Amino acid sequence: MRRAVVTSAATAAGVVLLLSLKPHEAAGPTPVIGSGSGAGAGAGSAAGAGSGADVSQPSPAPSGSAAPAAPAGATRKVSGDTVNTRYGPVQVQVTLAGSRVTAVDVVKYPNAERRDREINSSALPVLNQEAISAQSAQIDVVSGATYTSDGYVRSLQSALDRAKG
Amino acid sequence: MLRHAEPAMGTVFSIAVRDPGPGTAAVLDRIAERLHRIDAVFSTYRPESDISRLDRGELALDDCDPEVPTVLAACRDVAAETGGWFTERPGGRLDPSGWVKGWAVEEAAALLRSSGARQYCVSGGGDVQTSGGPWRVGVADPGRPGLLAAVLAGRDLAVATSGTAERGAHIIDPHTDRPATGLASLTLVGAPGTGIARTDAWATAAFAMGPDRALAWAARQPGIEALAVLPDGTKRWTPGLPGHLPAIGPADWQSAVC
Repeated sequence: MRRAVVTSAATAAGVVLLLSLKPHEAAGPTPVIGSGSGAGAGAGSAAGAGSGADVSQPSPAPSGSAAPAAPAGATRKVSGDTVNTRYGPVQVQVTLAGSRVTAVDVVKYPNAERRDREINSSALPVLNQEAISAQSAQIDVVSGATYTSDGYVRSLQSALDRAKG
Repeated sequence: MLRHAEPAMGTVFSIAVRDPGPGTAAVLDRIAERLHRIDAVFSTYRPESDISRLDRGELALDDCDPEVPTVLAACRDVAAETGGWFTERPGGRLDPSGWVKGWAVEEAAALLRSSGARQYCVSGGGDVQTSGGPWRVGVADPGRPGLLAAVLAGRDLAVATSGTAERGAHIIDPHTDRPATGLASLTLVGAPGTGIARTDAWATAAFAMGPDRALAWAARQPGIEALAVLPDGTKRWTPGLPGHLPAIGPADWQSAVC
C-alpha cells in the first residue's frame, strides 16, 4: 500500500516552506550527528524562508545558493533525531539564522538497495522540489501539497524542538 | 514566527503562528492531544476506533464518543448541501474522513484562537485554515509534482484541495461507487466564516462532480470560489477566484488568467 511507503501526509507551513532537501549521493550511514554548529557534510543550499512577506510587496529574493547569507542572528545547524523507519534511519538537519530556519538537509536516509530508491525517488525529491517552488513564490503554506515520509517529519520536528530549546 | 509540525491522523498537521504568546506552547500540546484523540475515535485505519467498531456493528451509536453522532450529522448536512455528491459511506464502508480531516484542522485553529493567537495558519494534509494575514497559499500542481498551479493570498481563508496526484483516484463518486476521474484536482477557497471543515468536505464532493458541475455548483455557493485543474493541465475557475490572487503571482498563473 502506498500509504505505508509515503505516509499520506501533506507538508505545509513549517515544513514546505523551509525545506531544502539535498539528497546527496549515498549519504547513507554518514554520521552527521550532534547539534551545534559546523556539523554538516554537504549541507548546502540555503533555502530562504519568506516568512510573512506582505503580499503586495515581494520580499528580498531568497538566494538559492549555498552561501548562508547571515542576516539577523548567528547561523547554526541543529540535527534532529535519527528516526528509524521501515526503510531505515532518517535524519535531518536544520540550519537557522537566529530563530529562522533557512535550510533543512537530509543527512541520513535509507540506502538499502530497493528501498533506498523507493524513498529517494519519491518522497524526498518531491519535498525538495515543493520547497524550492514554494520558496521561489514566497509561499507560507501549500494546499494539496505533497506527502512526506513520517520519519522525515519526526526528525525535522525534533530538530526544531531542539533549536527552540 | 513559531512553527510546529505534528504527525497525526496519517498526515502531518503544521502550524505557523505569527503572534505567539505565553500560552502558545501549551496550546500546541493541547492541539496534539486533540488531534490524536480525534484519530483514536475516527480513524478507519484503526480497528479499535469507534468508527471501525460502529461499522462492524460492535458498538452502538449511543455508546460511541459523543462527537461521533455530531460528525455523522455534519456529513449528512454536507451530503444535502452538495446534492448527494458527498457521503460518509464511500464505497459502502463507514468513513467520515471527508469531514474529519478538515474538522480537525478547524478544531486546532479554534484552540489556537482560544490561546489568544490571531495570526496563524494551520494545515492538515494540505487543507489550510488561515487567520489574520495576509497569508500566501500555494496550490500544488497535480500534474507537476513540486510545482504550484496557483498562488492565493488573503486573510482568514480556508483552502482545500482534492486531487488524484498524491493518492491516485481515491475519491469515490457516490452515484456510481467508482473513482471520480474528471479532474486532476479541485481547490476550493472559503471566505472568512466558511471554515475549513466545510470547505474541505465540499471540495471532496465537488471533485466527485467533475469539472462542469463542480464549477457551476461552486459559483452558486456564497463565499466559495473554485480552481479546477483538468487531467490535461487546463485550469478553470469560478468568476470570483481572481479576487483571491495576490498582486504578484507566478508568471505561470498570470498567463493562465489571460
